[in-house]
Amino acid sequence: MSLYSSRRRTNVIATTLCWTGTIFGLSWLVLILGALIYEGARGLSLAVFTEMTPPPGSTGGLLNAIAGSLVMTVIGVLLGTPLGMLAGTYMAEYGRYSKLTMIVRFINDILLSAPSIVVGLFVYTVVVARVGHFSGIAGALALAVLVVPVVVRTTEDMLLLVPSPLREAAAALGLPRSHMLMRVAYRAAKSGIVTGVLLAIARVSGETAPLLFTSLNNQFWSTDLNAPVSSLPVVIFQFALSPYKDWQQLAWTGALLVTVAVLLLSITARALSSQGKYK
Amino acid sequence: MEAGFNRQTRDNSVSDLAIVEATPRAPDVDRGKVLGRMALFDFFFHNLTRAAAILVLLILGGVILSLVYGSLPAIEAFGLGFLMTESWNPVTEKFGAVAPIYGTLVTSAIAMIVAVPLGLGIAIFLTELCPHALRRPIGVAIELLAGIPSIIYGIWGLFVLAPFLQQYVQPALISLTGDIPVLSSLFAGPPYGIGVLTAGFILAIMVLPFITSISRDVFETVPPVLKEAASGVGCTTWEVMRYVVIPYTRVGVIGGVMLGLGRALGETMAVTFVIGNAHRVSSSLLAPGTTISATIANEFTEAVGDLYTSALIELGLILFVITFFVLAAARFMLMRIEQKSGA
Repeated sequence: MSLYSSRRRTNVIATTLCWTGTIFGLSWLVLILGALIYEGARGLSLAVFTEMTPPPGSTGGLLNAIAGSLVMTVIGVLLGTPLGMLAGTYMAEYGRYSKLTMIVRFINDILLSAPSIVVGLFVYTVVVARVGHFSGIAGALALAVLVVPVVVRTTEDMLLLVPSPLREAAAALGLPRSHMLMRVAYRAAKSGIVTGVLLAIARVSGETAPLLFTSLNNQFWSTDLNAPVSSLPVVIFQFALSPYKDWQQLAWTGALLVTVAVLLLSITARALSSQGKYK
Repeated sequence: MEAGFNRQTRDNSVSDLAIVEATPRAPDVDRGKVLGRMALFDFFFHNLTRAAAILVLLILGGVILSLVYGSLPAIEAFGLGFLMTESWNPVTEKFGAVAPIYGTLVTSAIAMIVAVPLGLGIAIFLTELCPHALRRPIGVAIELLAGIPSIIYGIWGLFVLAPFLQQYVQPALISLTGDIPVLSSLFAGPPYGIGVLTAGFILAIMVLPFITSISRDVFETVPPVLKEAASGVGCTTWEVMRYVVIPYTRVGVIGGVMLGLGRALGETMAVTFVIGNAHRVSSSLLAPGTTISATIANEFTEAVGDLYTSALIELGLILFVITFFVLAAARFMLMRIEQKSGA
């Protein structure tokens, strides 16, 4: 009987630890979001969206950083998505059982969690060091390299979920594979692929490390992608580590904006993917 | 002809009538042409997708080659000594990687010590203990924690966590361990707030969601029959986990942990904020230090001279090689558990 009660005791201790662990883990989410909203909302005003990043000691906004982030993210996603989708298509359709697919899948999984700062160094040596100056293009390229593995992964997974009878039915009508893909498989996997793209956007829109030495930063409004471009994460980094109170406030506000954008994207992605598992 | 195909696939209910209708409209000459065009397009598309897949491989190859190329000057100048020198002096251009490598390993180790038990606990909670209604919301919340960009952890760590640790936790640690031989040197020195311990802690919070969600997924691959059988012979919930679920999924759990480790090793921004960026190996966890990624992030744009830049790129190469092997091992293990659950 004493053995039984000691087993019971162990069980109670272990399950209690699991409960407290979960509460502990979730409390971080609450603490971080709480601090972000508290500190970030204080600096939220119209000026944040209409004025440029200020020199220390004067007021200003984050307009150039927001615009730069948007432009580089859009270009990065536009470059990375088609490549990722095509590669994912090869892996799920044409080369489902080929050696190449095995290798690419493995390499892609590694790229998926490879340190993003390394991607920054890669683009720096290939583009920035060649051209001789930092540029928005280089930043967008670095982001594209980060988009690719996410899209490859989800495209492949989603196409693999498309039931084979759909493919066979299309083939029975005499459609070649490419037509079957365009008119049947992509449509069936659409929401899954869109989810992947949204997740990729969410991932790159908060990326800082690869932008530090590709697009650098720019205090002013600039539409020239061949010159350094400001971006929200880099501005947050620079302003938060500065000793100036108003810069730090802007950093918090920027952090709030980035987090809201990223969380909205990932919640949308999640809603989309749970809405139709395949369809 | 094109239109005919369009209609047939768009209509979900393809009736025989539609095909009969479509065929006579297309003369045989056109048919050959259209089929030829389709075959050509198919050939083109097939090769396009294959080229894209190969390009993904080339990107990884490009990353490795460019890092090796970029670090050649440093490799020539320092050779293997780079890995054994502690000094990091941009003025005299003497660079050694010991301090950043040490910092990377120690912060990741702290992160793992905190996050692995916690992550497994949460995963156990989610698969076994949690009321069904809460399962999804808690799972989503944990995954949202994974989605928060690392710079947010950084700014929060710098302005919220570090002052808190400095004021409450670190003095307590110092006075608690003051008389214990080994621990007192681990927690020696003034409480700066920022430092190796804080960085490790932030990393733990960051990798926690990865470890949790992967462990939860692999726990769910355990056949319910096994768990039911264990419960049937009188095992408690904990014993089912301890002696059935965890042994069954061991490989997958280790894979998930290594994936988290890979993240922790390469994490940049959060660490850069709170580590203090000091190039020295200190036995105290409260002292400021540096990691590979933090060094690169802090110094790269300010690096003057080819050798300095090159030394930083070589650091990047070292980081990449370390994470490559950790991630490769992780993927290998996760692949094994997938095969097991598939079979």
